[in-house]
Amino acid sequence: MAAHTAAMSMSKILHPFLGGRLGNTPRWLLTLLPPPAKYGGRHTVTLIPGDGIGPELLNHVKEVFRFCCVPVDFEVVHVNSAVETEDDINNAITAIRRNGVALKGNIETKHTMAPSVKSRNNLLRTSLDLYANVMHCQSLPGVQTRHKNIDIMIIRENTEGEYSNLEHENVSGVVESLKIITRTNSLRIAEYAFQLAREKGRKRVTAVHKANIMKLGDGLFLQCCREVASDYPDLTFDSMIVDNTTMQLVSKPQQFDVMVMPNLYGNVVSNVCAGLVGGPGLVPGANYGRDYAVFETATRNTGKSIAGKNIANPTAMLLASCMMLDHLKLYDYASMIRNAILSTMNETRLHTADLGGQGTTSEVVQSIMRVIQSKGSLTSEL
Amino acid sequence: TFDRRHNSTHTPPPARYGGRHTVTLIPGDGIGPELAKHVCELFRFCCVPVDFEVVDVDSSMASEDDIDDAIMAIRRNGVALKGNIETNHNLPPSYKSRNNLLRTTLDLYANVMHCQSLPGVRTRHRKIDIMIVRENTEGEYSSLEHENVPGVVECLKIITKTKSLRIADYAFQTARAKGRRLVTAVHKANIMKLGDGLFLECCKEVASGYPEISFESMIVDNTTMQLVSRPQQFDVMVMPNLYGNVVSNVCAGLVGGPGLVPGANYGENYAVFETGTRNTGKSIANSNTANPTAMLLASCLLLDHLKLHDYASMIRRAVLSTLTETKLHTADLGGQGSTSEVLQRVMNAVQSTGPRTLSM
Repeated sequence: MAAHTAAMSMSKILHPFLGGRLGNTPRWLLTLLPPPAKYGGRHTVTLIPGDGIGPELLNHVKEVFRFCCVPVDFEVVHVNSAVETEDDINNAITAIRRNGVALKGNIETKHTMAPSVKSRNNLLRTSLDLYANVMHCQSLPGVQTRHKNIDIMIIRENTEGEYSNLEHENVSGVVESLKIITRTNSLRIAEYAFQLAREKGRKRVTAVHKANIMKLGDGLFLQCCREVASDYPDLTFDSMIVDNTTMQLVSKPQQFDVMVMPNLYGNVVSNVCAGLVGGPGLVPGANYGRDYAVFETATRNTGKSIAGKNIANPTAMLLASCMMLDHLKLYDYASMIRNAILSTMNETRLHTADLGGQGTTSEVVQSIMRVIQSKGSLTSEL
Repeated sequence: TFDRRHNSTHTPPPARYGGRHTVTLIPGDGIGPELAKHVCELFRFCCVPVDFEVVDVDSSMASEDDIDDAIMAIRRNGVALKGNIETNHNLPPSYKSRNNLLRTTLDLYANVMHCQSLPGVRTRHRKIDIMIVRENTEGEYSSLEHENVPGVVECLKIITKTKSLRIADYAFQTARAKGRRLVTAVHKANIMKLGDGLFLECCKEVASGYPEISFESMIVDNTTMQLVSRPQQFDVMVMPNLYGNVVSNVCAGLVGGPGLVPGANYGENYAVFETGTRNTGKSIANSNTANPTAMLLASCLLLDHLKLHDYASMIRRAVLSTLTETKLHTADLGGQGSTSEVLQRVMNAVQSTGPRTLSM
């Protein structure tokens, strides 16, 4: 971590020279340096298998990485969702603090346990302050959907809002659930959204809210977005109420470009978009914080009903691992694997059950590895 | 006690004066007034025994006198047809949404929206037939917010056992009355364990009293994803306020848009009918391009509630047959027809089926 701290203090020294030597590098990006590859140029990444289809998909990721000779080692940390103690998840959090990056499967939240047992995934996100959940929904070639040419980036506030886990029952039979919206977090997520939009060359940012009913809460969120928007005159900003947004999404999703919103609306909107581009098996998701990054499937499904059957779609997890490689600045490996995945998706006979086909997970992974090998890069034996 | 006083046994207000009913009409803002006028025109044309008591609500005033008058009128008449009243963003946060005030004061606890694929309207999904029962008075719409520390807003979402049991019972009663097979509760109980957990528990309790109807629950994010991929799997859905808002708008989008679906708000003693997605339609107001279908079908729901079933079916048939004529489709359905053309055609259709009507 010493090198990381050194890099951080360097960035503070270099700030005055932003206009000069560093050119257009945004200040925020300087604080998101990936952990340095200290040991022989190899990175260590925390791997949390999770439940359901998590373990098998992450095994496939390891297989593919080993096959492509990607310089990444995985430190596996298991989290048992059946125990009430928080030791497991605390170990996982410590490991992520150590390594800086993680790849995870979804950890099940058992309904039979007491309400005091908090969602492990949520604990992880809030402890590491992974404030931005970014999901890029694009129509993928080879996947037949009802809508075409969708390209939406969804930035969802990941730590507060309705997911504050603050509930109480003062009077028996009456539950109060607190939804928290703070100025700091709203400004932070709006800033992230606009920075990302500028960096990716996007034109328009839409804030999704329900400020006509939740005037103070979503009103504050909207106000913060407007404030940040005024600093980015090159980007158009508009806002839309969440119900209208979801209706527009199912009729004309092509109108949306970048969307920013609080936690719950983000959950709903990202699932709608995932459904529009082909389902939960295709879209990867990333959770970014100031110091850490955790990658997973975008819709965070455990997939308990299809676990262990070799029918899960590995695309989402593999694309998430490519996002992780991009974050570690291993761009060549990332593009190599990503191109292989996209070309495999063109083959309709390999489509898994969620895409309406009959292919198995292992067939898809084998095909991806064969494509990579055929491109001529250094690989292990098949 | 709530199952004995349920809506299906509720008698509508008696038609005391010469067999005619009086219904409160709240034009609202945007396209509300013009659509309300079309409804009046059509009712007059078909000689429907309904008189409208018009109550205007001015959304730019901060005082609550207008909405109080409207509420009083609805208490008097028992039934209302309304357009959406705009919530002006320029007024301070203490100014509550008028529509919300109306719903909570009259305790219109169930919002029912029936989304069906309509013939003549081309959509990406076919054969959708979903009834959405949405809790209408509590949940995220409690309008209870405060800012104890500057820059930190706390918004209270209230879930109570009484109301959850009430709405669940309404959903199951409706499912039984309409011969439906499956009720799905939509929730986010893995995160909001106490709140949505209580809602889910209440639904399960009520479900045990209806053994012939299957009960399932689904998390709201999975629900929305399933809705856009395979909406045909859903039958009746019951949920708290905010999820209801989102899910009903998704379903409205799936069957053809906000211009097609009517909505009804039922309470123990009152019923208010409006368009399902409650849009003001400010941008298309007075341009004669709004789709009158939603409002006309809402008025048919009103007639059904008043037990004027013959008039209701007559108008509904005419509206649905007009929908099959693609050249009359309004802008929201991708056509170029105008509101008045659609209305004329509906009146023609009614006249051609033979019942007594005024001259055109």
